[in-house]
Amino acid sequence: MAELQFREAIREALNEEMRRDESIVIMGEEVAEYNGAYKVTQGMLDEFGSKRVIDTPISELGFAGIGVGAAMNGLRPIIEFMTFNFALVGIDQILNNAAKLRYMSGGQISIPMVFRGPNAGAGQLGATHSVSYESLYAHYPGLKVMYPSEPGDAKGMLKTAIRDNNPVIFLESEQMYGMKGYVPDEEDYIIPMGKAKIKREGTDVTLVAHGKAYHVAVQAAQQLAKDGIECEIIDPRTIKPFDMETVIESVKKTNRCVVVDESHPFGGIASEVGFQIQRDAFDYLDAPVLRVCLPDVPAPFAKNLYDLWFLDKKQVIDAVNTVTYRN
Amino acid sequence: MSKKKDQVAGFTPTGVVYKTTDLPKATRKSHKSLGIKEEDLLGLYESMYKQRRFEERAAQQYQKGKFGGFLHLYIGQEALSTGVVHALNQDDDIITAYRCHGWALARGTSANACMSELFGKVDGCSRGKGGSMHFFDLENHFWGGHAIVGAHLPLAAGLAFANKYNDNDRIATCFFGDGAIDQGSVNESFNLAALWNLPVIFVVENNGYSMGTAVNRHTAGELVERAAPYNMKRDVVNGMDLFSVIEKFSEAAEYVRNEQKPYFMEVRTYRYRGHSMSDPGNYRTKEELEEFRANDPIERLKSYLFDKELATDDDLKEIEDRLEQEILDAVDFAENAELPPAEDLYKHVYVEDDFPYHV
Repeated sequence: MAELQFREAIREALNEEMRRDESIVIMGEEVAEYNGAYKVTQGMLDEFGSKRVIDTPISELGFAGIGVGAAMNGLRPIIEFMTFNFALVGIDQILNNAAKLRYMSGGQISIPMVFRGPNAGAGQLGATHSVSYESLYAHYPGLKVMYPSEPGDAKGMLKTAIRDNNPVIFLESEQMYGMKGYVPDEEDYIIPMGKAKIKREGTDVTLVAHGKAYHVAVQAAQQLAKDGIECEIIDPRTIKPFDMETVIESVKKTNRCVVVDESHPFGGIASEVGFQIQRDAFDYLDAPVLRVCLPDVPAPFAKNLYDLWFLDKKQVIDAVNTVTYRN
Repeated sequence: MSKKKDQVAGFTPTGVVYKTTDLPKATRKSHKSLGIKEEDLLGLYESMYKQRRFEERAAQQYQKGKFGGFLHLYIGQEALSTGVVHALNQDDDIITAYRCHGWALARGTSANACMSELFGKVDGCSRGKGGSMHFFDLENHFWGGHAIVGAHLPLAAGLAFANKYNDNDRIATCFFGDGAIDQGSVNESFNLAALWNLPVIFVVENNGYSMGTAVNRHTAGELVERAAPYNMKRDVVNGMDLFSVIEKFSEAAEYVRNEQKPYFMEVRTYRYRGHSMSDPGNYRTKEELEEFRANDPIERLKSYLFDKELATDDDLKEIEDRLEQEILDAVDFAENAELPPAEDLYKHVYVEDDFPYHV
């Protein structure tokens, strides 16, 4: 086991897969000569050359579409967005072309590719730079969506995403790139698509939390444990397909659930998880499923408003106290 | 006094309109000097005639209510598809917009598969999943059939990127209407193709109208000059004349293949029918339509064949009768073909068939 930063774990996955398969290329803004806006791709130009590590202009629609076209025609492109907030200007290529061309061609076209980069906000960056997009990409058929919360997961999941023969949205986080964690040394460390992980066992309440929100759930669970409340934390890791089975099994044991989700409340992952639990574990519930989400407003800049806006462990603790009737 | 030249009374177009008189001169070269073999001439006639009759029959079937969806006809523009397919290698890549029937037929997709796709049948070239606007035939390097205007230009650049990466000597060609020229995807695709020297020919099929909006009302400046800032080689072609198309596209294909650089072609052409079946075409005059019909590409080739005594009336009649029957048979085939099975609803979304769909 090596202790690596999140960005290093992603880089290891990229390097290992690119050494293994010559049809993989990576392109995006500042990925080559600048060594990556967040230094994820540091050193890759030196190793793989400018035929495979390619700087693009600020032209998301163009290079996202070139990635799709190249994938249709036999390559396995990895498209890096400097953030998924910028992917919106190229989103037609993702939602209409990458997600639908296989279906519309009656199965003739395959699009083995990864769109990756940081998702959601990173502090006081204003409203356009602070949006979580996983529920949007997961909503439309044809894409798979992954969002790791820890370096070890990030490496194993990205290798899976790169080997997948479908378009995969792989979400990271500016604020997690420097986070350290243990990454297994095994040569081919793979985490299967669509498998959640129970990261903390507990008996009193199930917390479902992915990506950056996972760490908020962990902080809340640590504090609650001091009061004798044991949270079971499930990190879905893959958002689509979503491993509901693991969640349902846990809820049948704890009878209570809080979903922690760094997204707005309407129509998000938390809504979906809540719906599925009421349908499949209705008789096991001792309290309504609650969710801790961002408010239904854009991200503010001012520090005090931002702190009100962002997820906080106290909100999670309050929600747990509500579903355990300790309020 | 204000220095403003115009008072704003409305948003008046400033572009340039063209009419037949603005069609570039057709080539004067003979088939021999263009390298067209004599035995290929009747095949070229057949290719154009097949597209024409296929679509006329398709329109009839549509009006009878035999299938739904939109139906955009290519009638009038057949010299381009036929000429380009002749000028390219069979493994070069072709991608186009939603006016795609003629392209599939010209590339070799069977009339049965095309008609069945219109009818939404499982034997269709997209298994009934695409319909009129989304014909695909990858075996023939025909990549669709794309109905978000301008969205397939980056795909074409991507096809070319992979061809260049694999050094396989194939080039990509991308066709779109004059309405697409105003999309941002044109700028991004041209810039990236020029920046990375991608072997792709971008082709605007300027048929005079973006749906019902004339070119001069939707575009400022000359279409062909859109390539100028990217230093892309470019040309304007008379799209009503088959030999002109073959001449210019043979040159362009050779340049793109050898130099590994992009090319932009403006093809001036005309669609005889409305934008789609619901369009009576009130935005243009009968005289204008007749002016272009006088330049009909099929009739032009016919005249050439007769003038040079390369074919007789009977030769062409034999082809026409055979195609007429082939297309009637295709209508029968499509009518009697099976609908896609219900389980196809959940197929072809992902590569694997056991994807755990959410319910």
